[in-house]
Amino acid sequence: MARMKFLCDAERCIECNGCVTACKQEHEVPWGVNRRRVVTINDGVIGAEKSISVACMHCSDAPCMAVCPVDCFYRTEDGVVLHDKDLCIGCGYCFYACPFGAPQFPQAGAFGLRGKMDKCTFCAGGPEPDRSEAEFKKYGRNRLAEGKLPVCAEMCSTKALLGGDGDVIADIYRQRVTTRHKGSEVWGWGTAYGQGKPGAAPAPAGAKS
Amino acid sequence: MRSRRFTRAMLVAVAVAFGATGCMEVEQTSIGQKQGRYQGKPDGHPWDNAPLALGGGNAKWTKGDRNTWEAQLKSRAEVQNEYKRIGQ
Repeated sequence: MARMKFLCDAERCIECNGCVTACKQEHEVPWGVNRRRVVTINDGVIGAEKSISVACMHCSDAPCMAVCPVDCFYRTEDGVVLHDKDLCIGCGYCFYACPFGAPQFPQAGAFGLRGKMDKCTFCAGGPEPDRSEAEFKKYGRNRLAEGKLPVCAEMCSTKALLGGDGDVIADIYRQRVTTRHKGSEVWGWGTAYGQGKPGAAPAPAGAKS
Repeated sequence: MRSRRFTRAMLVAVAVAFGATGCMEVEQTSIGQKQGRYQGKPDGHPWDNAPLALGGGNAKWTKGDRNTWEAQLKSRAEVQNEYKRIGQ
């Protein structure tokens, strides 16, 4: 059973913002809303600058889903977290709960009035008939129903951003790490529990990955 | 005298019963909704759609068959692995 996930390889991301542009173009995302964005740390520091592309991570235990007062979130059978815009009241609780800042709110009127929440759909549309005009207007294109993967990952020029079934993209990433002998500490055991065997001390801060 | 006491006791019992209902939690969702559960419209499965005739990027799966749809997405995801693409 597929479980859709994103994985961004910080060793490869060159902060080109191609993923951001592709997403905005594909779904005709309105001005002021960014379903995806590129975050850079240590900007300008030689050897320490890293970028990753961030959007909704489609959490297995999504906090947005837990805090929503109108219960407009649901998870599809392939692990994509989506929401019903007809139910959303634009309260912003999901924005405060999300550790990735994924929920976005378009300005719906004067005086900064918040509209209904908008976020990355993993290019899976929403609760409208698949590939319909209504679905496109509310949620964007449903590429999964076309047998395609998210456009941000497919358009990534360096293939830093991987998207698809978690098992498949983990295999791709593992092969990269074992081939280049670098990057295993970025995501996974080394990051969570330190270098070497379980229980060992974490890597010193500022160490080159 | 006895019936008077009984009536008073009954009145007290009814008053207590009515008073206690004020402590109950009032149901705040309409009928058919369950708190903590998705309340929106049902969504269809992506594999229930037929592959596009045009613009589908050679996507192939059998309509309604989840396994073939997943196989299509897996093969598409493998395109992201340039180590395999170079070897082919």
